[in-house]
Amino acid sequence: MDYNFAYLDEQTKRMIRRAILKGLAIPGYQVPFSSREMPMPYGWGTGGVQVSASILTPEDRLKVIDQGADDTTNAVSIRKFFEKTANIPTTENTEEATVIQTRHRIPEQPLMDSQILVYQVPIPEPLRFLEPRESETRKMHALQEYGLMHVKLYEDISINGAIATSYAYPVKVEDRYVMDPSPIPKFDNPKMEMEAVQLFGAGREQRIYALPPFTKVRSLDFEDYPFEPSKADYKCNLCGSDSSYLDEVIIDDKGGRMFVCSDTDYCQKMIAKHGEVSKPDDQRELP
Amino acid sequence: MTPLLKVENLKKNYGTQIGCSGISFNLHPGEVMGIVGESGSGKSTLLNCLAGHLQPDEGSVFYNTKTDGLVDTILMNEPDRRMLGRTDWAFVHQNPRDGLRMSISAGGNVGERLMAVGERHYGHIRENALSWIDQVEISTDRIDDRPSTFSGGMQQRLQIARNLVTGPRLVFMDEPTGGLDVSVQARLLDLLRNLVIKMNLSAIIVTHDLAVVRLLADRLMVMKSGHVIESGLTDQVLDDPQHAYTQLLVSSVLQV
Repeated sequence: MDYNFAYLDEQTKRMIRRAILKGLAIPGYQVPFSSREMPMPYGWGTGGVQVSASILTPEDRLKVIDQGADDTTNAVSIRKFFEKTANIPTTENTEEATVIQTRHRIPEQPLMDSQILVYQVPIPEPLRFLEPRESETRKMHALQEYGLMHVKLYEDISINGAIATSYAYPVKVEDRYVMDPSPIPKFDNPKMEMEAVQLFGAGREQRIYALPPFTKVRSLDFEDYPFEPSKADYKCNLCGSDSSYLDEVIIDDKGGRMFVCSDTDYCQKMIAKHGEVSKPDDQRELP
Repeated sequence: MTPLLKVENLKKNYGTQIGCSGISFNLHPGEVMGIVGESGSGKSTLLNCLAGHLQPDEGSVFYNTKTDGLVDTILMNEPDRRMLGRTDWAFVHQNPRDGLRMSISAGGNVGERLMAVGERHYGHIRENALSWIDQVEISTDRIDDRPSTFSGGMQQRLQIARNLVTGPRLVFMDEPTGGLDVSVQARLLDLLRNLVIKMNLSAIIVTHDLAVVRLLADRLMVMKSGHVIESGLTDQVLDDPQHAYTQLLVSSVLQV
């Protein structure tokens, strides 16, 4: 059986493109759209897949990452899905890709203006856990009543002595809308002011939002507790990079662990360039 | 003198049922007004209309704003009214659970209004929260505890602190002592009376407890079936009630 190009029918894609355009026109605003059932469970990136399906052209080259990795189940499934339904080439190389669908990371390699980054978003509403009423949060967005967002940061400091929110760290877009950057680590927040277009799709919640290139994105903070992007204080155990975001991997049941780049493509390129780190244990010498 | 609040011919119906009707009064700065009446007499409807929580059917509520003088809060646009609601006004609910965020620490609850008006310095917010928690006689080492771990009286005092932290000029109170036992009530009333005098607050207090208005209110309105049937100085109304219903109300108070 033949699929329509990229699975969705053309009318659906038009509807999603309209939502995307509206989202780009009002950066950070959550545009409602009539999300379709996709052949994968909610939480697997149904929103991101619909956005990708609507923007893909036969000339595109797709890369899919899950927590930075190209080879995890979610990434492999989505890549295969588009290979089959759109018959387009895919890649693991960040530079080569024209569309990158991501779950919870921004690639280490800075993106270019010829690329589009599509995020999978589980819960688009940053105020959800503070104010459960959707009618009320919409009103708060409309009237820019964002004091409540700082209450969460206040609670963090009063309990932990520092802002302990480490992922899905709320940002303010163009001094207007407070936005959930999807659960990317706060290490990635400063990267959001980038050359590439960023699109966010939440399938279950039926919302799309977007950031045009070079949109001003500020992470919320207090004057006396400024925002700090943070990462583990180690080097990658494979490539030796001290600037990339690291995953901690448990390697045995005796407390052994190693830190590796979460961005697998970046890590492999670093190894190709500088060779593999010879002494795996030298990571702990860092502060 | 310009009144702080000027209410003219306010009316609110629920379908064919009268909520409240034909209400007019002035409230002057520093004045405390009590509204008493039995359940269903329209006290809370009136209070909610005044505070902008309900849209009245007729009439106007003029508030003397700091910048523009007397403004009709019913015709005011919503952002301005909500801004007024978290700066110049305060609303104390009968049930502290309606006025507090139960899953957020006491300090966060007090700080929320500050953050809502743009305070972005943690140290200042913390300092302010500590001082207010102390002023409402809650031990300052409870600042990081959630209100759900507080007793009813403490929750109510915390709600008052949360409301007064932005220095409002007008406080709406809906049965502030309802559901509290008498000794806690007495302590709360004492606290309220001191705060009202110290901060030169104006207040509108809705209650069915005549002792509360006797203690706090300068003036009194008695409501029945949505209408004001008697009004005047508190002592005058309570000591020499003219309307038959007021006489009934005053004589119904249990004596110990």
